[in-house]
Amino acid sequence: MVDLSLEFCGVKFPNPFTLAAAPTTDSAEMVARAFEAGWGGAILKTTSVETEEVSLVYPMMSGIDLEDKKLMGLQNIDLISERHIDEVEKDVKALKKEFPDKVVAASIMGSKKEDWQELVRRLEAAGVDLIECSFSCPHGMPERGMGSTIGQDPELTERTARWVKEAATRVPVVIKLTPQIADITAAAAAVKRSGADGVCAINTLKSLIGVDLDTFIPYPNVGGFSTYGGYSGPAIKPVALRCVAEIAKAVDIPIAAVGGISTWRDAVEFLLVGATNIQICTAVMHHGFRIIEDLIDGLSVYLEEKGMSSVKELVGKSLPFIVDHSVLSRAYKVISNVNRETCIKCDVCYIACRDGAHQAIELDEDRFPIILEDKCKGCGMCETVCPVEGCITLIPRES
Amino acid sequence: MSVRPRMKELSDEERKSGFDEVEKGLALHQALPEASRCLFCHDAPCVSGCVAGIDVVGFIRRLKTRNFIGAARLAREANVFSAVCARVCPSEEQCERPCSSTNLAEPIAIGALHRFITDEELKRGIRPRQAGTPTGKKVAVIGAGPAGLTCAHELAAQGHEVTVYEAEDEPGGLMIYGIPRYRLPREVVNKEIEYALSPGVNVKTGVRVGKDISFDEIKKDYDAVFIGIGLGYRTQADIPGHDLPGALDAGEFLRLAALGEAPRLSGDVAVIGGGNVAMDAACTAIRAGADKVIVLYRRTEEEMPAWKREIEFARKEGVEFRYLVAPLRFVETDGKLAGIECVSTKLGEPDSSGRPRPEAVPGSEHVVDVSYAILATGQAPWPEAKEVFSGIELNPSGTVKVEPDTLATSVEGVFAGGDAVNGGKTVVQAVTDGKLAAKSINDFLSK
Ligand SMILES: Cc1cc2nc3c(=O)[nH]c(=O)nc-3n(C[C@H](O)[C@H](O)[C@H](O)COP(=O)(O)OP(=O)(O)OC[C@H]3O[C@@H](n4cnc5c(N)ncnc54)[C@H](O)[C@@H]3O)c2cc1C
Ligand SMILES: Cc1cc2nc3c(=O)[nH]c(=O)nc-3n(C[C@H](O)[C@H](O)[C@H](O)COP(=O)(O)O)c2cc1C
Ligand code: SF4
Ligand code: SF4
Repeated sequence: MVDLSLEFCGVKFPNPFTLAAAPTTDSAEMVARAFEAGWGGAILKTTSVETEEVSLVYPMMSGIDLEDKKLMGLQNIDLISERHIDEVEKDVKALKKEFPDKVVAASIMGSKKEDWQELVRRLEAAGVDLIECSFSCPHGMPERGMGSTIGQDPELTERTARWVKEAATRVPVVIKLTPQIADITAAAAAVKRSGADGVCAINTLKSLIGVDLDTFIPYPNVGGFSTYGGYSGPAIKPVALRCVAEIAKAVDIPIAAVGGISTWRDAVEFLLVGATNIQICTAVMHHGFRIIEDLIDGLSVYLEEKGMSSVKELVGKSLPFIVDHSVLSRAYKVISNVNRETCIKCDVCYIACRDGAHQAIELDEDRFPIILEDKCKGCGMCETVCPVEGCITLIPRES
Repeated sequence: MSVRPRMKELSDEERKSGFDEVEKGLALHQALPEASRCLFCHDAPCVSGCVAGIDVVGFIRRLKTRNFIGAARLAREANVFSAVCARVCPSEEQCERPCSSTNLAEPIAIGALHRFITDEELKRGIRPRQAGTPTGKKVAVIGAGPAGLTCAHELAAQGHEVTVYEAEDEPGGLMIYGIPRYRLPREVVNKEIEYALSPGVNVKTGVRVGKDISFDEIKKDYDAVFIGIGLGYRTQADIPGHDLPGALDAGEFLRLAALGEAPRLSGDVAVIGGGNVAMDAACTAIRAGADKVIVLYRRTEEEMPAWKREIEFARKEGVEFRYLVAPLRFVETDGKLAGIECVSTKLGEPDSSGRPRPEAVPGSEHVVDVSYAILATGQAPWPEAKEVFSGIELNPSGTVKVEPDTLATSVEGVFAGGDAVNGGKTVVQAVTDGKLAAKSINDFLSK
């Protein structure tokens, strides 16, 4: 058996799969079901002090499909939890009692120093394992000087994180970052300077998911008006992966990865670029807590097949292979190669090369694509469109 | 919305000239989009459609994320003969029938996806199962078909000492001696038999209970017994002239073909019957050299018990179908078969099976000239079972009588399942019976 347990900010997770702060963690009943299904930890939905008014609007969810595939991306205009710290305290106590080996973390948001510090003290007393601070919600909260307003300013980030860290006597403090900043490593460095223990990257991206062509009202239509929201799901994975890699290369601080993770394969990628905890939100909202079965089984089988005994062995393995663009070899040349055995002669590669690249594909009398050696630059566009797995490959040129 | 993929098949020429497997499985670029067409339904209907209760939606999700081995192991947990069933199950009638995707386009090609993951597993080798901690109890299993082998596997994994008695020289039952290799290659069956035996099952082949060892002796030496003897090979034949040279029995013919000893055929060959065995006999006859194969069936295609896919398969190989015709007797010339005297039929009132009764049309007698006739009108239970398993209560049809919930026979500690009980169904039903019997036997032994 492979060991899936992983430490994050000194807290031992039975497996790296953690529910992100979101509707999936907005009650102890839901989190209990997730723990029973096998999840390693949960960040309870962001809460605040009782005096902070939370006023939600509906509908708040809108999806975008990739042709016939549902939910390539999800936009929400949800805010933090309507359930204040008094209720969350009770959830923490109940969950810790029933699931002492699972990690129960809370997410908090405050508007002033006293609020942040009060939240920390009360959660610590309730028995939480870790505290996450949302400096990163891109919609609604910034209008009140909260959420991503903080995360977008390294100085504010450092100051606020310091308040939280000061109040925390027992448990580690993690700051959840926004990708909507010119240099996310500056925000991570600010967290490091504050003394907080780790970062979580990324929260949602600010978006406008679409417009109704008949009414001209963007989605979601809330009584005739709409607003910008937070974008999540598979579509944002490459952004999240980049953010985690950049932070891991620049700042020595534990990273919880979140953003577009749906499968064990995604999780492996985030571990490879340096994350030591994996959070998931949209994939669970779409497919349910049950996806944990395949996450755990897939990761275990992968490690087994790689001959690794612990998930720790994956962490950061890909970082040495990421370099600046200017460092990449100019001498390395490849050429496209078509496998005639598997080619189905759809010729979409031909179109892509002709109108999107270098006019380096010709068709023979049987419609087979022929790569013109002198014209092919090896850009790889043809490979990205070919519907047959492994049919087009880029092979190194002779000299 | 992408559509259901089709497996690659041998060309028309290739398939007729040998026993190579005809269907080649899905390619990766077909399997992945098909898996992602699955809706991952709540309380997925496909799972209840699977006779063996495989977590279909679970394995499709694993396949989709390219966790092929995890997918295959999940299926194998519920079905010891996972790779065999992926090939021979009538999935259109089982897991695929209730698939929710049917309401959008077509059901997910579950059978083909199941085959894809088992092929991946076979490529790497099936992980053997460990024997359980010894319990000191001994169980005898009679018959090494899918029912007996599954039962033996599960019991050995529970720590019981299991011995399988098999009359033939090799274990496997109809997976080896019935279902033709062009649909189910020997390598696949052999690898799964090896897996079935992996938790330390003992097998005694070439031992026929009732001849080489008595049932009483077995009952005496073991704490519990499972009977999985299947059906007899031979068709009930009551057509005059059925012992002429040139008149063959489908069960016997397929058995010889499996051993590589099928008679070389020539000229026109008639197959009498409309079930799956008839389809297999027809396609095997083509491979054995027949110029033309004609299936004679006394009702119409509508009533034919063969599965749609088997009929399509035979039709693709050029098998001709003649409906509403019944054989009266075999016609002899020079001491061997030369034709079949038939009568035309019409459909009458429904009979006990609910299908319309074929009625002879007076004056329509005619001879169909053929060099060979293969009789495939259904196997019957072993006729000698009554004497061999004396004390065990049988049904009027000759099948073994059991409690449906436990598969217990009328004799305490003796259980039965598979074709011997149900009169001939499927491999997956035999596997499922084997599992249920193992559970009952385990409960019985832990009392
Ligand atoms: C031609 C043909 C095609 C088929 N095609 C399909 C298909 O496509 N899909 C499908 O699901 N099913 C198919 N079936 C049915 C399927 O093969 C059977 O339902 C299944 O094999 C039954 O399993 P079993 O274990 O009950 O019996 P069997 O497979 O018949 O095994 C019984 C075993 O017991 C042994 N035995 C019998 N008597 C004794 C004795 N006294 N002592 C010791 N051993 C004994 C026999 O030698 C045999 O090995 C087909 C059957 C035939 C004949
Ligand atoms: C409906 C919804 C509500 C969310 N609420 C919170 C929240 O209260 N606090 C928080 O830190 N993040 C919140 N998030 C952001 C997620 O935790 C996560 O960072 C983001 O969705 C990206 O991950 P994903 O692609 O796996 O969904 C929310 C996301 C969604 C979709
Ligand atoms: S896209 Fe791929 S399959 Fe289509 S013609 Fe080009 S190489 Fe062949
Ligand atoms: S019923 Fe069909 S669509 Fe639904 S989970 Fe099963 S295979 Fe997928």
